[in-house]
Amino acid sequence: MPCVGDWLNSPLSIVQGIFAQNVPNSDWEKKVTEYFKEKLKENNATNWVPSLNDVPVHYLKPNSLVKFRCMVQDMFDPEFYMGVYETVDPNTNARVLHFGKYRDVAECGPQQEIDLNSSQTVTLERQTFYCVPVPGESAWVKEISFLTKAVQARVSPSTSYTPSRHKRSYEEDEDMDLHPSKQKEQHVGKSCCSGGDIHGCVEPKRLETEASAGHHVISPNCSPPLDLNFPLPGEKGPACLVKVYENWESFKVNDVLEVFGVLSVDPVLSIVNSEERDSSTLDPMECMDTAEEQRVHSPPASLVPRIHVILAQKLQHINPLLPACLNEEESKTCEFVSNFMSELSPVRAELLGFLTHALLGDSLAAEYLILHLISTVYARRDVLPLGKFTVNLSGCPRNGAFTEHLYRLIQQLVPASYHLRMSIESMNQSRFIPHKDYTANRLVSGLLQLASNTSLVIDETQLEQGQLDTAGVHNVTALGNLITWQKVDYDFNYHQMEFPCNINVLITSEGRSFLPSDCQVHLQPQIIPPNMEEYMSSLLTAVLPSVLNKFRIYLSLLRLLDYSISDEVTKAVEEDFVEMRKNNPESVTADDLHKMLLVARFLSLSAGQTTLSRERWLRAKQLEALRKGRLQQQQSVNGNEL
Amino acid sequence: MSSPASTPSRRRGKRGRGSNPPTPQDARSPPSQKRRTDDSTSTGDLQPMPTSPPADVQSPGAADALFSSPPQFRHSAIPLDFDISSPLTYGTPSSRVEGTPRSGVRGTPVRQRPDLGSVRKARQVDLHSDGLAEDIVATEQSLGQRLVIWGTDVNVASCKEKFQRFLQRFIDPLDKEDEDIGLDLNEPRYMQRLQEINMVGEPFLNVNCDHLRSFDENLYRQLIFYPQEVIPTFDMAANEIFFDRYPDSILEHQIQVRPYNALKTRNMRNLNPEDIDQLITISGMVIRSSQLIPEMQEAFFRCQVCAFTTRVEIDRGRIAEPSVCKNCNTTHSMALIHNRSMFSDKQMIKLQESPEDMPAGQTPHTVALFAHNDLVDKVQPGDRVNVTGIYRAVPIRVNPRVSSVNSVYKTHIDVIHYRKTDSKRLHCIDEEAEQKRFTEERVEMLKELSKKADIYERLAFALAPSIYEHEDIKKGILLQLFGGSRKDFTHTGRGNFRAEINILLCGDPGTSKSQLLQYVYNLVPRGQYTSGKGSSAVGLTAYMMKDPETRQLVLQTGALVLSDNGICCIDEFDKMNESTRSVLHEVMEQQTLSIAKAGIICQLNARTSILAAANPIESQWNPKKTTIENIQLPHTLLSRFDLIFLMLDPRDEAYDRRLARHLVSLYYQSEEKMEEEYMDMAVLRDYIAYARSYVNPRLGEEASQALIEAYVDMRKIGSGRGMVSAYPRQLESLIRLAEAHAKVRFSEKVETVDVEEAKRLHREALKQSATDPRTGIVDISILTTGMSATARKRKEELAQALRKLIQSKGKTPSLKYQQLLDDLRAQSDTAVTKEMFEEALRALADEDFLTVTGKTVRLL
Repeated sequence: MPCVGDWLNSPLSIVQGIFAQNVPNSDWEKKVTEYFKEKLKENNATNWVPSLNDVPVHYLKPNSLVKFRCMVQDMFDPEFYMGVYETVDPNTNARVLHFGKYRDVAECGPQQEIDLNSSQTVTLERQTFYCVPVPGESAWVKEISFLTKAVQARVSPSTSYTPSRHKRSYEEDEDMDLHPSKQKEQHVGKSCCSGGDIHGCVEPKRLETEASAGHHVISPNCSPPLDLNFPLPGEKGPACLVKVYENWESFKVNDVLEVFGVLSVDPVLSIVNSEERDSSTLDPMECMDTAEEQRVHSPPASLVPRIHVILAQKLQHINPLLPACLNEEESKTCEFVSNFMSELSPVRAELLGFLTHALLGDSLAAEYLILHLISTVYARRDVLPLGKFTVNLSGCPRNGAFTEHLYRLIQQLVPASYHLRMSIESMNQSRFIPHKDYTANRLVSGLLQLASNTSLVIDETQLEQGQLDTAGVHNVTALGNLITWQKVDYDFNYHQMEFPCNINVLITSEGRSFLPSDCQVHLQPQIIPPNMEEYMSSLLTAVLPSVLNKFRIYLSLLRLLDYSISDEVTKAVEEDFVEMRKNNPESVTADDLHKMLLVARFLSLSAGQTTLSRERWLRAKQLEALRKGRLQQQQSVNGNEL
Repeated sequence: MSSPASTPSRRRGKRGRGSNPPTPQDARSPPSQKRRTDDSTSTGDLQPMPTSPPADVQSPGAADALFSSPPQFRHSAIPLDFDISSPLTYGTPSSRVEGTPRSGVRGTPVRQRPDLGSVRKARQVDLHSDGLAEDIVATEQSLGQRLVIWGTDVNVASCKEKFQRFLQRFIDPLDKEDEDIGLDLNEPRYMQRLQEINMVGEPFLNVNCDHLRSFDENLYRQLIFYPQEVIPTFDMAANEIFFDRYPDSILEHQIQVRPYNALKTRNMRNLNPEDIDQLITISGMVIRSSQLIPEMQEAFFRCQVCAFTTRVEIDRGRIAEPSVCKNCNTTHSMALIHNRSMFSDKQMIKLQESPEDMPAGQTPHTVALFAHNDLVDKVQPGDRVNVTGIYRAVPIRVNPRVSSVNSVYKTHIDVIHYRKTDSKRLHCIDEEAEQKRFTEERVEMLKELSKKADIYERLAFALAPSIYEHEDIKKGILLQLFGGSRKDFTHTGRGNFRAEINILLCGDPGTSKSQLLQYVYNLVPRGQYTSGKGSSAVGLTAYMMKDPETRQLVLQTGALVLSDNGICCIDEFDKMNESTRSVLHEVMEQQTLSIAKAGIICQLNARTSILAAANPIESQWNPKKTTIENIQLPHTLLSRFDLIFLMLDPRDEAYDRRLARHLVSLYYQSEEKMEEEYMDMAVLRDYIAYARSYVNPRLGEEASQALIEAYVDMRKIGSGRGMVSAYPRQLESLIRLAEAHAKVRFSEKVETVDVEEAKRLHREALKQSATDPRTGIVDISILTTGMSATARKRKEELAQALRKLIQSKGKTPSLKYQQLLDDLRAQSDTAVTKEMFEEALRALADEDFLTVTGKTVRLL
């Protein structure tokens, strides 16, 4: 029987064991999944599994069990592989059966050969996803997720290989650990200068360890750095080819997954490809893919490792402070939720205070900001997304400092976010809409390819007058569509494909934003701090980490709650609406009712109430009235100035 | 002697390396799951080279081939290498072309079929020595008359016979295909095809697998499962019949059978390992095609010393250069002679899943195709095609230095037949594709649905349920989705009548017009959504683009052309600039689009319905003004809309109440609950698609009468007041609407109910849009001439009054402008604006009564 650590360090040997026991029937696959499911359930075992988000690839042992939290960026074509194959020893004619699942390479011993014509061979299908870390993931998410586990994860793999760690000094290691984001960069840089000599290597055993130490193979003649296709510029982190063996139809592009699987960084993969590229052009298979496509679909394994998924689950959220799955009827989850609910109102009050300070003393804006932060698209009625709540915060001071710092605060609160600083150049030059590159046969990502519930903060205050070109117009249209319909039309050159999304958009602007929004809140600063930076950072340091964590839980948790309106309140709302219309039909339209209902919904949820009460409805009306009053006031002020 | 046939082992053997142990490089196609488990156990024992001449299936009398066959013959790589003694092999292609008149089955050269896997040579297996016999079901060896192809259950002789019978007898009088023009449906269909081949000289016989299936289920099954073995047999059969009939026919090469429309797989996503080596048909869009690749089929070597020549076939893309000359035993004396080697054309094509097949939220799959010989360059990127071919999987080549193998296979399809789905089939609208889309249960369900009495209301209710009320508008859009019946009057010189219904929505901003448009755009398969602000004439029609690779000018089609047979939703119609709008004139009535630019002059079909939304000029609808004045669109364009609806914010309490309840419910109902309540969007979509493609209502006697009456009534209303209130265009609209309503009921005949509803809806729309705000009378001339009749009348009266005024002033040659206006104002009992005055002046100037120069008015 395999010992405890085995399933972590060499999961394939476990699989081999199960395979050998059950070989004649095909249910060994099910048994494997069950085995690992069991293992991972045991006391926090998931925490023991080293994560690719945290530990750089070269620290991880090849063929060990790893986990990876990622977003599906693209889906490649399904692959057919040898599910079961047979090796033959030419000398003794001894035949051995092997499984090809969870592997890139059909392995065999030095004295053996694979019999490709064997009758035992079974061809199976698997699907490859190109996954990237969740775009815009906040630093705190990473910190908290790996705070406790990093140590263990580091220790276990490093024992497996000798300390001759390929000329990297201790200091360097330390440095990289402190700045996990830097690693990739250095990693790439290193690999570029050190590739090459691997070609002639004969010993596969040595290759493996070498490769994991940061070596990898790009043929010297073609080395423009590989574009790892992150949606947001400046993103770092490993991109991964995730091979899924079952239920791949259930996953969609932009889904956030957590996968547990076998890490494969076999350098053979890269060698095969580079060889193929140099060698004869006569091979009929050669012309199948362009060089470009080759590069994208089978990048060097050390740069883009492969994970062969044993278990995969979609994540509702990526907040590490919450239990991963809230739907489960587990007592632990319930307990967590009810505990938190009991202390909800002080948390809300504190958060309101915090945001009021952040918004320079404007409590109404802070109230709306809370509503915005817990909004989520909960349903779609034919084309209409319900539950989106785009807030346009107008009246922001013109200098960038305020919006910049406001974003930093939001970043501290939400698990994923992106700050889009609008300018003529950025609109004209950046790529918002993902589009299909047919030469490389992949979906080239764009800014708007974001996971659900990402906060997109658009800063319009820095926008100057200027000319938008075609790309710019497209980008603005895409933003508009995103806000109104919560969908992005991906460009497939010959046609467009609509991908629904769920992104919280906050627009900061001086006047009314030129982008559509659900509600405009005009900021009325009560205090003008002389030094914005000092003010904001002092605000952040003033908050205890534990309180900050509560804020984070608060915002993520409330989003997931259910909500209903009783018949009684429906009646009341109806009456109210009719009454309002009676007095002045111009003042209240169906649109306004939409807004009020939205505000009421999030207001109730923000107080932890899952049904609408009369008081909340009145409060929602009051808030709306206040907000509108401000807008009118603002308009008249502007009118007087002119 | 038998005929080994299955792919996994086919590649070896030609060079007789029988004694070699199997190496990983050798296999090309993985055995698909558990099928043919028996076929590859024997790789070890192959017959030595000399005794296995590459005889050809298609060539009778392979014995001749051994001695006399010209060089070309040997290259004709056919997957089945039958033994000479086999009864299957027959015919020599005596392609010693020079001078010999080629005719008859023996005279016509065989063209190799790389699509069936030219590189895959079947090896010869001596069954006696192999001990393989137990694997072969019912095989009679060597001279036996009944042979089953190895690894399959295909008996060549009976298969051939069956296929010949199929060709000779298959008649399907019900069959409707656009390629059938000129075919007598009561004669055997494929015999006529053969005749066509004789006349045209294109030696390809396309066979619809569906026909084959209805003729012989078993043969069809064999074709699907063992295409590589069965198709050559079909070739044989076809050629035998053909040359029997037309012994003097001269063809470029022997006839090749190209089956299409195999029902095996329709969707790329459903391909799985079990489809390997089977005949499949998938649909998709070409996204990339490679350049032509000359692929060497056979290399020609000559000894430098003794000039002895030899040929080496390409094996897996490699040439095994003979190291020793067999004649003079000199080593390394053989040199490759390029221009005597054989090449064939090949092209790699990437096919991408068509957008309709894609599940939401996933990216499209792609698959590689290999096209050979004639099929090279038959399709361009962007084409929608149905591809029939053989699905292949080959292991990725292995690094010889590492014993491990990449365990992934590469897959591709060897194309046998292309069928473009969009071009060439303009006269029948994807009928075939549509037919396949509905299962019988679905059709049954739809028909059941259509029998419901309130189906019209029901469907209208299901349309955009999130938009509240506006019942009539929804009904109008519903009828638009169904469309009228297409009528063709080309032979009487009037061309096609428009069957599409155009609708314009105008109204206050924020009345969910855009939402309706979005919904429609999402509902119909070929919808386009544009915004008037963001689209130019070019974007709507077509534009020229220079292909970056070929530097060739390419016509790229715009939204209107793309939505041919669909609906083009145009938001912010009023914001569209003048030149863009002018394009619409042609599209909306003639349903075509003429393009003359960059040297390309053409007329494209744009049979699209237009659903447009316009906002009033003053941001709020001014009830005191007419539609034209409110949206400032030219009346020429407006009159082309069948229905013009106003979407106004109704101000009444009951409505408010219902609206509030509706909205509140949106905010707490869960998604499942909503779906229960309304008809599924998918059902609606299917219902419409079914009606559009199958129901083609004609006017009944009663209905015609009712229409006539309705039209006469409409004309009558106005005639009492001396104005025309209806034009033939309105009659056409009525007909279309009535037809559409009949379609909703799945009725083949337009009846009075349909006309009633059409009338009602038309009147309703008119009431909204063509009411003269000054008089409150519905006046169609507001839409047709841009001015209500009363307004016109008033204008005339004013001009007359002015004329009288001037005349009363006596013979003054010139008058002051301001003076005249003041006088007129004093005289008139209604207020006279400056505009009205100017208009009156202009009217008089037109009558050559006066001229206006600056501030003076001169009499003439």
